[in-house]
Amino acid sequence: MASHGIKDRVAIIGMGCTPFREHWDKGLDDLAVEGTHAGLDSAGIGIDDVDAWWLGTAQSGMSGVTLSAPLKLQGKPVTRVENYCATGSEALRQACYAVASGAYDVAAAVGVEKVKDSGYQGLNAFPIPNDGTNRTLTAAAMFSLVAPAYAEKYGVDPAELRRVLARIASKNHANGAKNPRAQFRREMDVDAICAMPAVAGMLSVFDCAGVADGAASAIVVRAEDAHHYTDKPLYVKALSFVAGNASGLLDPDYDYTHFDECQWAAEDAYAQAGITDPRRQLAMAEVHDCFTPTELVLMEDLGFSARGEAWKDAEAGVFDLHGELPVNTDGGLKSFGHPVGASGLRMLFECWLQLRGEAPEDRRIDTADRGLALTHNLGGYPGEMVSFVGIWGNRPG
Amino acid sequence: MSAATPNAVRGIRGVAAYLPHWRLQRSAVTAVLGSNAGKGTRTVAAYDEDAVTMAVEAGRRALRVAGEASVDALWFASTTGPYAEKTAAPIVHAALRLDGAVPAADAGPGLRGAAAALRSALRSTDPGVLVCAGDVRTGPAGSTEEKGGGDAGAAVLVADATSGPLAAEYLGGASATQEFLDRWRAPGELRTHAWEERFGQQRYDDLAGRAWDAALKDAGVDVEQVSRVAVSSPHARAGAALAKKLGAAGVDVADRLDQSVGFTGAAHPLVLLAGLVEQASPGQVVALVALADGADVFLFRVADSAAEAVAARPTVDEQVASGDDSLTYAKYLNWRGVLPVQPPNRPEPARMSASAAERRLDWKYGFVGSRDRSSGALHLPPARVSFVGGAVDDMDPAPMADVPATVATFTVDSLAYSPSPPIVFAVCDFDGGGRLPVELTDVTADQVSIGMAVEMTFRRLNTADGIANYFWKARPAASARVAAPTEGGA
Repeated sequence: MASHGIKDRVAIIGMGCTPFREHWDKGLDDLAVEGTHAGLDSAGIGIDDVDAWWLGTAQSGMSGVTLSAPLKLQGKPVTRVENYCATGSEALRQACYAVASGAYDVAAAVGVEKVKDSGYQGLNAFPIPNDGTNRTLTAAAMFSLVAPAYAEKYGVDPAELRRVLARIASKNHANGAKNPRAQFRREMDVDAICAMPAVAGMLSVFDCAGVADGAASAIVVRAEDAHHYTDKPLYVKALSFVAGNASGLLDPDYDYTHFDECQWAAEDAYAQAGITDPRRQLAMAEVHDCFTPTELVLMEDLGFSARGEAWKDAEAGVFDLHGELPVNTDGGLKSFGHPVGASGLRMLFECWLQLRGEAPEDRRIDTADRGLALTHNLGGYPGEMVSFVGIWGNRPG
Repeated sequence: MSAATPNAVRGIRGVAAYLPHWRLQRSAVTAVLGSNAGKGTRTVAAYDEDAVTMAVEAGRRALRVAGEASVDALWFASTTGPYAEKTAAPIVHAALRLDGAVPAADAGPGLRGAAAALRSALRSTDPGVLVCAGDVRTGPAGSTEEKGGGDAGAAVLVADATSGPLAAEYLGGASATQEFLDRWRAPGELRTHAWEERFGQQRYDDLAGRAWDAALKDAGVDVEQVSRVAVSSPHARAGAALAKKLGAAGVDVADRLDQSVGFTGAAHPLVLLAGLVEQASPGQVVALVALADGADVFLFRVADSAAEAVAARPTVDEQVASGDDSLTYAKYLNWRGVLPVQPPNRPEPARMSASAAERRLDWKYGFVGSRDRSSGALHLPPARVSFVGGAVDDMDPAPMADVPATVATFTVDSLAYSPSPPIVFAVCDFDGGGRLPVELTDVTADQVSIGMAVEMTFRRLNTADGIANYFWKARPAASARVAAPTEGGA
């Protein structure tokens, strides 16, 4: 029993991504059509060339019909998947395995979410009948528990940590400002973010991801077929996933300064891809910055920083656009927005652009020496989460 | 559960009051409305408390004093219960984790319910009868009930002397009844109406006099032997007049708590009874007079041994002396639904599922987790598979309602829906193991700190589709309140 991975066995040959916006003028069907056809066009194929489909949507629709109906698919399998906020990555993961298994030649993963029709800010899960004892805290408040715990454990002055978190938001805003598809394109300096009123623990709304509508897609084929479609495929180096058992909610030993699910997923992914020094081997990483403290501890969970050091590395600019390891070069959830089912694929879309040298010049990073990128997508809360890590490369081997 | 011995000595095995943490200074009402709202404070049920939760808190205290005493019947009395149709007593029954064979019923919706249930309990053949009462007294801004009322729970466990030591032995009592109209409130109405005061005073004077005389006779006690009397009356002037009369007869009259607590409706006779028993010297005879659409008089002799007359903690006096009187009148009105304020723009909670709640009865109402036999790991809520070692279906129930806990970390959520935002939320670690991330209550955000000692309290989380949804929250332990800067004497 082991996680073997499918390194270099499948490849991405086309991707699409809509702008992430409050798309008051577009419904789920519009977004699904636009996000899917952008991917098909990128791969240079037609809709009938896809043999099987995976749809990731967390709460905008149910069943494969949510995709097959707007696309008017003819006799094709469509699987709708949901895995909290890692839903988009889950759809992609299943499409990759389907091709690797030999079951299909061409598979598509489509992630789409229409969240702005609820009438409320933020994300609102549909209520599953329950015994009325479930907590009703917002995700922002749940993740806000990380900040004081981190400050306490590593002896960081809370005011200094406040500035570090603001710097993370500011970095992602600066990157997003350079991204036409991003929801928020305004640069925000650290002082302005620190001055915002707290709404959950020490977090203000500027510590929270934007909530947007959007769609993204990826077309997956066997690696040996990739060059029939493109000169610059992305190879799947690793796919890993961990669903935690929520023991962090039960276990007094859990201290809210790390996410085990993310660390385990990263370790598995690095083993699959043969990565031993992620900070130096990766060209970039797209991580799940749902809230600023999340990005902070992810730098440690993903092995980019030593435990207790991420706040210093963030402050030193290690993860800036032209830092040692650029993180969230497209603006991240913070600035790009977070249409749940699409976000995991949106992360890969940025890797697709950067590793192929197609990112807009003002945010293009240097990939001459490093041809690997990481996407990290989580869902849930500290102590009870799911985590995906994918590694992608622009050349085999 | 054998039947009580015929003619057995009966009395009070345990009695306790629960006064909520919050107080409203009557001067705060005066400041807003202009007209003089009087002096002192009244107790205020928090937004997440109601008659049931306060009755439960009092019941927990009374049972704690009573030790292993059996409870063979449960009465719940209130004029402000959560339901008109559904019986509320089974909620109390579940929260107190009483046996399934114990009947639980409401003592009717009137103010006389608790006194009637007490009388019934004292004459019952059930070895142990628990009477729990709770009321939230309110009305339109400036109303008599708002100014003179108070919120409280109280509980008394009546038992046979054969089943264990009694804190106070029942000597005898009597009642008087005559239909007359003094004050009334239609179901669902906010306002309590009252007839001309002097009419009610005259009627109560007559009824109380008859019942008092008959009670002394029934108990075989002369008035000189009565050390102290407590008078509970919804009609303040009638209560004061009776107190004056008894005082003139040489009986020490207990504080009716008008200046500190207010009249707490159906709960008030039992609140005063708790105070009487707690304050009495060994062997003293004490009397309770409960006026409410009639008169009920009870005479007790407090146990000779102080060891037997163990007081519930905190005592009424201790509760009167603590509490937080910084509550604003606006917040009070908001909590009572008189002044609705704009909530955060978030979905309101969905109603609970009846079947899901029933499956989790011990957890939801009794706060019972499970403990893995092999690893000892505690699970809140109870689980079938252990998170340590993975043993399957090898757990024992772990009652946690009375286990102290400590705040491991906390946050304040201004975005989430709450009947009274913001939500103060903490990860609480229990002494001896176990963790629950849970909402805090009876606390303001600036009073919370990591390491704070907390205790569990039964609360009404929300109401959806007319369903009152109960569960537990944590609140600062009494020990954690000592240093609280806003602590105010009542």
